[in-house]
Amino acid sequence: MKLLDLFQREQRASAGEARERLKIILAHERSLRSQPEFLPRLQQDLLEVVKRYVSIQSDQVRVQLDRHDMMSVLEINVTFPNTALSGGVQGGGH
Amino acid sequence: MAKVIVVTSGKGGVGKTTSCASLGSGLALRGHRTVMIDFDVGLRNLDLILGCERRVVYDLVNVIQGEASLQQALIRDKRADELYMLPASQTRDKDALTLEGVQQVIAELSRDFDYILCDSPAGIERGAQLAMYFADEAVLVTNPEVSSVRDTDRIIGLLHAKTLAAKEGRKITEHLLITRYSPERVHQGEMLSLEDVQEILAVPLMGVIPESEAVLTASNKGIPVIHDETCDASQAYRDAVARLLGEERPLRFTEYRKQGLFSRVFKGGR
Ligand SMILES: Nc1ncnc2c1ncn2[C@@H]1O[C@H](COP(=O)(O)OP(=O)(O)OP(=O)(O)O)[C@@H](O)[C@H]1O
Ligand SMILES: [Mg+2]
Repeated sequence: MKLLDLFQREQRASAGEARERLKIILAHERSLRSQPEFLPRLQQDLLEVVKRYVSIQSDQVRVQLDRHDMMSVLEINVTFPNTALSGGVQGGGH
Repeated sequence: MAKVIVVTSGKGGVGKTTSCASLGSGLALRGHRTVMIDFDVGLRNLDLILGCERRVVYDLVNVIQGEASLQQALIRDKRADELYMLPASQTRDKDALTLEGVQQVIAELSRDFDYILCDSPAGIERGAQLAMYFADEAVLVTNPEVSSVRDTDRIIGLLHAKTLAAKEGRKITEHLLITRYSPERVHQGEMLSLEDVQEILAVPLMGVIPESEAVLTASNKGIPVIHDETCDASQAYRDAVARLLGEERPLRFTEYRKQGLFSRVFKGGR
């Protein structure tokens, strides 16, 4: 009886999990909120251009704007497996 | 010039209307001329919590559409002399509220009152955005629970982007009001602590209202819980009102103490 009690208490002690999950999701949602509205379109345009040369998926082009005091940095990351390179270059481009 | 304060949350059912009624009553009890506007068109409830539902004749939409004057629509509270309320319409659809109409009503009320409290509907859509649009301050009603905290964060985003203050480059003063707090469950590690919620949202704390049976009793009777001075929730709302007025008050009812059998039997957990 006592042991079961203890076990159930352990199961219910979930506040720490709630806190960590919230921190992660809110950091993500806040970064989306502060981005300019044109960013999704820029991401799409870039994706189309890169696709002509390398076969990639839409989530492999990541675009992010970091605002600093005096200037902003537009960071564009395109990542893909090496296999996409050989296939894509031979296949497309014209 | 009145101070316009929106009581908002994003998530539904977290205690906006309960809090609006008690904060408004508290401000009036402290001698400030206060009016509450129910923005929950279609689902009005503030009248019930205040116990004046049978005196509603005209509502916010009637005033906006010129079918009644403000004087005709305002209802005077039975308990607090300086307190009035403007009911929401129950029959009209939400589009009957216009930005210009709301602006006119608030401008007119602004001449006669010290505080205008806007009880926001749930959600982050048009109704909630109208309720916050003219705000100078915001009371962010939040339960210590993941979806409520997340929705409050989204509301903060809207306050920063979609309000008149934001468009004019002013900053809305934000107050975090944590409601339905259970020190015992926090102690057991089952509920987010007030420190957790405050750290995550990074908004100054205006008060912590404990989970309390007295709140249901109060709404059954149509008397805002702040009037039931014997209960913790009333004291906590009084403290919150004092902090809203710029006074310093230590937090109460936030620490868990194991109750003895005696107090459990005789106080019934209030
Ligand atoms: N401190 C509290 N302790 C116990 N119950 C509470 C407390 N605060 C609110 N409640 C209860 O929670 C329910 C919802 O409260 P309320 O109507 O004030 O929420 P709301 O945010 O205005 O809801 P809506 O989003 O539908 O407008 C009610 O049944 C109320 O009695
Ligand atoms: Mg409500």
